[in-house]
Amino acid sequence: MEVNAEARRILAVSISKLYASRTQRGGLRLHRSLLLSMVMRSARDIYHSSRECEELCGAPPTSEEAMETGPVEQTVQLPEPLTEPRQPAASAVEPPSEEPDSGDEGSDGELAEDKENMSPTRQSRKRRGKAAAAPDFLPSKRARLEPGEERHAALPTSCRAGAGESLAALSLNRVIPAF
Amino acid sequence: FMRVSTRKCPRPGGDMQWCFSQVKGAIDDDVAEADIISTVEFNHTGELLATGDKGGRVVIFQQEIENKNQPQFRSEYNVYSTFQSHEPEFDYLKSLEIEEKINKIRWLPQKNAAQFLLSTNDKTIKLWKISERDKRPEGYNLKEEDGRYKDPNTITGLRVPVLIPMDLMVEASPRRVFANAHTYHINSISVNSDDETYLSADDLRINLWNLEITDRSFNIVDIKPANMEELTEVITAAEFHPLQCNTFVYSSSKGTIRLCDMRASALCDKHSKLFEEPEDPSNRSFFSEIISSISDVKFSHNGRYMMTRDYLSVKIWDLNMENRPVETYQVHEYLRSKLCSLYENDCIFDKFECCWNGDDSVVMTGSYNNFFRMFDRGQRRDMTLEASRENSKPMQVLKPRKVCAGGKRKKDEISVDSLDFNKKILHTAWHPQDNIIAVATTNNLYIFQDKVN
Repeated sequence: MEVNAEARRILAVSISKLYASRTQRGGLRLHRSLLLSMVMRSARDIYHSSRECEELCGAPPTSEEAMETGPVEQTVQLPEPLTEPRQPAASAVEPPSEEPDSGDEGSDGELAEDKENMSPTRQSRKRRGKAAAAPDFLPSKRARLEPGEERHAALPTSCRAGAGESLAALSLNRVIPAF
Repeated sequence: FMRVSTRKCPRPGGDMQWCFSQVKGAIDDDVAEADIISTVEFNHTGELLATGDKGGRVVIFQQEIENKNQPQFRSEYNVYSTFQSHEPEFDYLKSLEIEEKINKIRWLPQKNAAQFLLSTNDKTIKLWKISERDKRPEGYNLKEEDGRYKDPNTITGLRVPVLIPMDLMVEASPRRVFANAHTYHINSISVNSDDETYLSADDLRINLWNLEITDRSFNIVDIKPANMEELTEVITAAEFHPLQCNTFVYSSSKGTIRLCDMRASALCDKHSKLFEEPEDPSNRSFFSEIISSISDVKFSHNGRYMMTRDYLSVKIWDLNMENRPVETYQVHEYLRSKLCSLYENDCIFDKFECCWNGDDSVVMTGSYNNFFRMFDRGQRRDMTLEASRENSKPMQVLKPRKVCAGGKRKKDEISVDSLDFNKKILHTAWHPQDNIIAVATTNNLYIFQDKVN
């Protein structure tokens, strides 16, 4: 669907901007990073809410950051309601070009090899494991943690159960506390 | 105390016909990054015009009036002083480079023969003294002409040096350096009407300084949350009220403006007034937050209004009405449908400034394609003009431009897709008394004046 495709594109563009801003002269700009994270959050919400329709496997709740996403959900025009999160792909809203299952299974396979990131509760300086289940549009190179950054405790929320916790969610967590 | 503004009013209303006067800067299309102009500011009389650039330099132009008796006298601005204000620095603790780019210049009101201005980069504010020297001493008793001390045994008489005329030399010297007070990037400085203090604002904090004291500043606004993950807005601009020394405003990335009274408390986290216009829900998009972020806030000269600039519009607020602006002017509404592309090419993050004319009847701001816009508040008219080398014959009258938003493009109109988004006018300034304006393109400074000045 058009909105979903646009959301994905905006998310991809935003993430590359975020990476680029790390090497910017003068250091990370707080204002710009904040605006980027807001756009990414809107796009991610749209993207995830549309992917919920394809969810087949009961993935554990992803670790969302504690930020308020309510107002964005209400005001952004979504083509379909968010009331049916577990419908199979036959909901007919998703275009055939979506990859519902294969992506998730592939990511599960990756998770098995990614020992460092397997358990989110492990006290480690590495990023959480869900990053391996990144959607297809994200760059393949995984971002490094900044020196001194710590993994933040994941606050489980009840909002959504998307299996693909994207790098975007992690980046949002990292953007602001990095200052 | 309250300073009463006594301002010579320019000719009221009427048709303004803007003519090219001068252009400063390299003609090269290949722009050196250090030459990119980052701030433009007239002093309080308009006699001096200062620019700052990305390379940390300040160039000051001085107005030389050719012939005041002629009805159409041309006033030319020529280079008066050039100096390196800031150098690149390195923060070893954070492994970060500190850019030397001059973010803002603000002039101090003149008190004696010398001129003073504040210039700031991301982290450090400096007070510069610009003074003229047109005499030098000659005939020292104990020194040779080249400065070497004479052998005391050869001195047989006593003579007093005399001051002899010399070619005018303009010297700039740093008198104060206000450093280490900002964790985040400084976006604004503003001199108070009390002539003693000024404020500096970064993304999360505003500090109050005494112009004489560099090792201390008072924090008057702090919006940093205890947990940075809860950050939802940053400070984007701040300014002191032009007449009331206890009042200042600061704008935010959420499109709000807060007016604070320093008499209320030492820490002005609680605003006295909050100016906010509810968002039009039909305009909601992925980029609503970005385009509502205020990039500049300026009080009117009479202190009754303030103007804010967000990405697509200019708003005039009456200080007595908080719930909506009294006037809204669309700068380039045709860009609203292009926000996604503007996000991709980073233009949506451009921070446009705005300015008032001397009697607060007209406001001006920049746009893309080297266009700039004027809004005549009294006559309810707006004008789009272009700063370009093609229209730079002496006294050439600028033809109004028009952008075709859609549909059939008329002759002389430019379609939105033909606009050059690399040619942006972010910084403009209006002479405090006359209809003379300074418009900065990427690396050139254009000076235009009203035909009948």
